[in-house]
Amino acid sequence: MLMRYAAMRLMQLIPMVLVVTMVVFFVMMIVPGDPVMVMLGAVDGAPVSREVYDAMRLQLGLDQPLIVQYFHWLLNVLQGDLGISITYRTPALEVIFQRMIPTLYLMVGGTLIAVIIAVPAGVLAAIHNSTKWDHLATGFVVLGISVPTFWLGLIAILIFAVYLGWLPSIGYTPPQEDFVDFLKHIALPLSVVALNIAATVLRFQRQDFLEQMHQDYVRTARAKGLSETLVLWKHVLRNSLMTTFTVVGLQVAYLSGLITIVESVFNYPGIGYLLLNSIRTRDFIVVQGVVLFMAFLVIIVNLMVDVLYTVLDPRIRYS
Amino acid sequence: MEARATDDSLIFARSASRLSSVTRSIISFAGGDRRFVVGGMILVLYILVALMGPGISPYDLNVPELDIRMQAPSWAHWLGTDRIGRDVLTRIIAGSRVSLEVAAGAVIMALILGAPLGALGSYAGGTADSLVQRIMEGIMAFPSLVLALALVALAGPSVIMLWFAIAFSSIPRYARLVRSGILTQKEQEYVDAARAMGQSPMRILVRQILPHIMAPISVQLTLDFARAITVEASLSYLGLGLSVPYISWGTMIRDAQDFLEVAPWLAIFPGLTLAGVILAFTLVGDALRDRMDPRMRRSLSRRLA
Repeated sequence: MLMRYAAMRLMQLIPMVLVVTMVVFFVMMIVPGDPVMVMLGAVDGAPVSREVYDAMRLQLGLDQPLIVQYFHWLLNVLQGDLGISITYRTPALEVIFQRMIPTLYLMVGGTLIAVIIAVPAGVLAAIHNSTKWDHLATGFVVLGISVPTFWLGLIAILIFAVYLGWLPSIGYTPPQEDFVDFLKHIALPLSVVALNIAATVLRFQRQDFLEQMHQDYVRTARAKGLSETLVLWKHVLRNSLMTTFTVVGLQVAYLSGLITIVESVFNYPGIGYLLLNSIRTRDFIVVQGVVLFMAFLVIIVNLMVDVLYTVLDPRIRYS
Repeated sequence: MEARATDDSLIFARSASRLSSVTRSIISFAGGDRRFVVGGMILVLYILVALMGPGISPYDLNVPELDIRMQAPSWAHWLGTDRIGRDVLTRIIAGSRVSLEVAAGAVIMALILGAPLGALGSYAGGTADSLVQRIMEGIMAFPSLVLALALVALAGPSVIMLWFAIAFSSIPRYARLVRSGILTQKEQEYVDAARAMGQSPMRILVRQILPHIMAPISVQLTLDFARAITVEASLSYLGLGLSVPYISWGTMIRDAQDFLEVAPWLAIFPGLTLAGVILAFTLVGDALRDRMDPRMRRSLSRRLA
């Protein structure tokens, strides 16, 4: 049953994948100038040898009609062939994978910390609705949504690196090299990501918990004589965690934009930093690759959330 | 969406039938809300400053005064001076116009592109409707900031390109809002009456239905405004926004990054301004939304995505 549901959801993804890839493909078409030269990163009139030019022209399939070009390109993309990076002279996918690990630390770590802070905070804000604690939580949410990430990052550098001198302002050390140094470097970017996600999670956790508290099953549980603590922290929380789960899943699209900014602020060598660097060096194969990679990541995570949802909530029908 | 149809129709029905009275009812609607009052006051100030621009600036925008480089805030220069002696306050005032121009254009473009798609889907139904729906889902799967970044980087930054790049990911929100709005309104008696009077579908849509769905759309516009300002500033911060002679708050913060130790005010004040304006739009949007439909809170998760 579950497998069939997953398969069906997978089929429904096809139009989405088509739209996403078409957008990426046609976005690359709007670059002014000869697409071959653009893809070679040679827009400034840098000399390009005939062989290199023809190879790229063939790779792009420019002699074909546009729609054939698209499907030709899509076929390659679906096989993991994103083209060869001009700057790194290796397949774009390899370049992306090399930068993926530091980004995953930020994405996964940031989300985990956000959930650990925001879920209890949201529940407390809902239980103590309209009290000082609730206002504090709501204030945090509004600020978290309003303060631009890049500025928050700079202020964090200003306080913790410049004034207090506790942490390095930029850079990255792999954990296997020096774990303490790794923690020192990741502390600020990770905190900025976590705070940002926490604001959204808190908002929904509070909202959903408030709504759940007035459901019939809560009245039933109280009528059975269960303690208030048990009712709220077991019955209500379990149900409202479903919403949190969905919200977190939906954050992935937002998260990839967020890490691009954070990685730029902290010179943190992940795929967001790679994207910006490739834009600067006009390595459009990599730019295209990273955008596609992020879009596919979003689609896959959304699918996983969807399927897991049916596992966690038996009320959802497989239809 | 369908499950909420009855709630929506209530809200739609409650708002008045003409645009001006919708605006008036919004104000009386949310007038007692502190968020609306505070946010609204900041917004009025922001728009006035953006419109008046150079007229109220204390100093000349671009004339460097090298002997007063990177001075801390003082009575002469309230927010200090930058690395070539230009007045920071003057530049923040100039930056308000870029942020307003880009954000306003972007939300209007999203509405103009999204609303007809939603109307088409709800009126045509069937294949056209599901095709539009699938495309909208595809767009929603996109990391919006990353796409905007790629668009601007590839096509080169211009005001129109920025409008489109920022608007693109908001299109589905308006398409969906208009679609569900029309679907509920179509069943109302006043639409039947208009049809019986022999009004054309187009006329019914524009003259009868549109005013009824303006209220939820205006909430979305307000919240999207905050998002558009954030994206514009973020793109400028990343070095992908409008270049000289345009002055963006994001660019100011980007330039300030190198002088964080010696001249932190260069980063602090443009950032505070930016955060204040975004905060104001968020407060007003939240206040309006809560008054009109507490259930609409859910749409917020996608606002920043």
